[in-house]
Amino acid sequence: MIVRGTDRVLVMGITGKQGTFWTERMQAYGTCVVGGTNPNKAGATHCGVPVFATAGNAMKSTGFDVAILFIPPLMVKEAALDAIEAGARGLVVLTEHIPVQDVMYFIAAAQERGVRILGPNTAGAVTPGECFAGFMPAFNDRIFRKGSIGVISRSGSLGVLFCLNVVQAGYGVSAFIGIGGDPVIGTTTREALVALDTFPGTEAVVMVGEIGGSMEEEAAVYARTMAKPVIAFIAGGAAPRGRKMGHAGAIVTGDKGSYASKRSALEAAGVAVLDTPSDVGAALKAAPARIV
Amino acid sequence: MNFEEHAAKPLLAQHGIAVPRGGLARTPDEAAEVAAGIGAVVVKAQVPAGKRGKAGGIKLAATPDEARAHARAIIGMEIAGHPVEKVLIEEQMPIERELYAAVLNDTSSRSPLVMFSIEGGMDIEEVAATAPGKLRLQPADIRRGFSRAEAETLVRGLGLGAAEGKVADALARLYQAYVAFDAELLEINPLVVTRDGRVVALDCKFVMDDCGIVRQPDIACAGTPEKLTGLEARAKAAGLKYIDLDGDVGVLANGAGLTMTTMDVIRHHGGRPANFLEIGGEAYTQARPALELLLSNPRIRSLVINFCGAFARTDVMTRGVIEAIEALKPRLPIFFSVHGTGDEEAIRMLKDRLGVTPLATMDDACKSAVHAAKAAA
Repeated sequence: MIVRGTDRVLVMGITGKQGTFWTERMQAYGTCVVGGTNPNKAGATHCGVPVFATAGNAMKSTGFDVAILFIPPLMVKEAALDAIEAGARGLVVLTEHIPVQDVMYFIAAAQERGVRILGPNTAGAVTPGECFAGFMPAFNDRIFRKGSIGVISRSGSLGVLFCLNVVQAGYGVSAFIGIGGDPVIGTTTREALVALDTFPGTEAVVMVGEIGGSMEEEAAVYARTMAKPVIAFIAGGAAPRGRKMGHAGAIVTGDKGSYASKRSALEAAGVAVLDTPSDVGAALKAAPARIV
Repeated sequence: MNFEEHAAKPLLAQHGIAVPRGGLARTPDEAAEVAAGIGAVVVKAQVPAGKRGKAGGIKLAATPDEARAHARAIIGMEIAGHPVEKVLIEEQMPIERELYAAVLNDTSSRSPLVMFSIEGGMDIEEVAATAPGKLRLQPADIRRGFSRAEAETLVRGLGLGAAEGKVADALARLYQAYVAFDAELLEINPLVVTRDGRVVALDCKFVMDDCGIVRQPDIACAGTPEKLTGLEARAKAAGLKYIDLDGDVGVLANGAGLTMTTMDVIRHHGGRPANFLEIGGEAYTQARPALELLLSNPRIRSLVINFCGAFARTDVMTRGVIEAIEALKPRLPIFFSVHGTGDEEAIRMLKDRLGVTPLATMDDACKSAVHAAKAAA
């Protein structure tokens, strides 16, 4: 899911410390924030926009396209269902540590209604020059200069590093999609790859994965069919088996989710797999298609 | 979080799935005592690991004396790295056939997956590989659940005969327990049909979703905490994500992906990471205690501090790092890479208070730390 500058954004949990901090930054960057939610502060104005009790009320009053959730883990299911039932087009779920069965519940509800979800446990999405949704340093133009490279990442901090390296190499970013570090997420690597393949102005895609699950292997099947160059990095090659490496989704059990499995699937699909993030510029320069 | 068999079976029983009569014993005498109240028993090592039978951790005993002798042999054994501290003493069942039943979080279909096989008692990956036709899989819509009727459809036509209804019933109840206890995996292997027509869970594997623990305190307290090293336990108590590794280059970074990558790049440049320690997300204010913890590891010969701020503000993390360094005055070489939210302020603080300039890339920081660790070795 790519968030655009024309999307009307509802910030759920807008009055909290982080909700406030990042809403101000999103507004300053150009994100069209039309309102927020907090059941106890309905009727108030916060960050210059109206606060509603629910997403349902916000939809009836101002309308919105995308809901961004700054909501504590055990309350996310209810908030997400509220936004989905209200008719949101997309949700950005930033929260980490949501019970997986709750995540499966609201993803099932979203799929039934054709609602796109980014996350959970994502740092959000950036469309440089237009808007951002979540907590990304989009306003730092040493990291998010507008350009032609699409970037997908399970990790926020690593996604920032890759965008920085892309910009340092003289390129720019068309769109950054943070898909999230949880084991069950709304937009998979493959789905994000499809979105960037068709996103105007994107000439190549950098795909930042990590150990655990089988999303990179599934994305490799699609990458094989793409005309645009795809460059990948998989974090966790040095990680021990059987331990959750910070992200709940980053765990290798048996051979499933291993670095070797992902790397070989991607290389077999013609994807250049980097040993270190610093090599991304060289890989873009070496790509068969000339990238501007 | 893993649950040992003795802690998992009562949860099945709560949902109406039959389990053998039995009791837990921590000494050979207790084992004999429990066996005396039952008759012919099975003595089963309790560790959070599979393949206990192959390791010699499961024995049949006809008398209490035999149960005592087996318990004496089993308690104190080590199975898959876990010392055996207790045994479960259970009645022997007249087994007619062994089945397999499980419900788990399936990350590919993003839904619960109900699994059933008439080949129970063996490793299910082996069944999937050698006899996939004997394994039935049914994704469930978690909003609607998994009904008794759906369970009947899943087990039909497999030659279960008169036991079919009871097996379907157990499967539907297993699904209810999976939801009720925030399971990541709830598995009965084997689920047995007895010669007198009962359907009984002979073993149970339960892994609780770690994110469900906070809303399941009464259940979670029966689980087996992850085995941690001293530093890992201290980190956990402080709310930090820390994992001990066997190298000598320390790692402090924000975000799981960046931290793993720092380990990878250290290895790429010929070094060995000493640990995983990330202070991303809400933990970004914890840089000072995190670094203090890291510096108490005597194996560390050099250190990489790699910050790339998104949510985590690099100025806040760097302030914590400077405080820890000023307080502890560590002698080992430290190499910084700092980018992202708040980096201008962070870089200025490093220069003003420590006289340090971060390196241009994380590769430079990792490479320098690898060389420094080798020089100090």
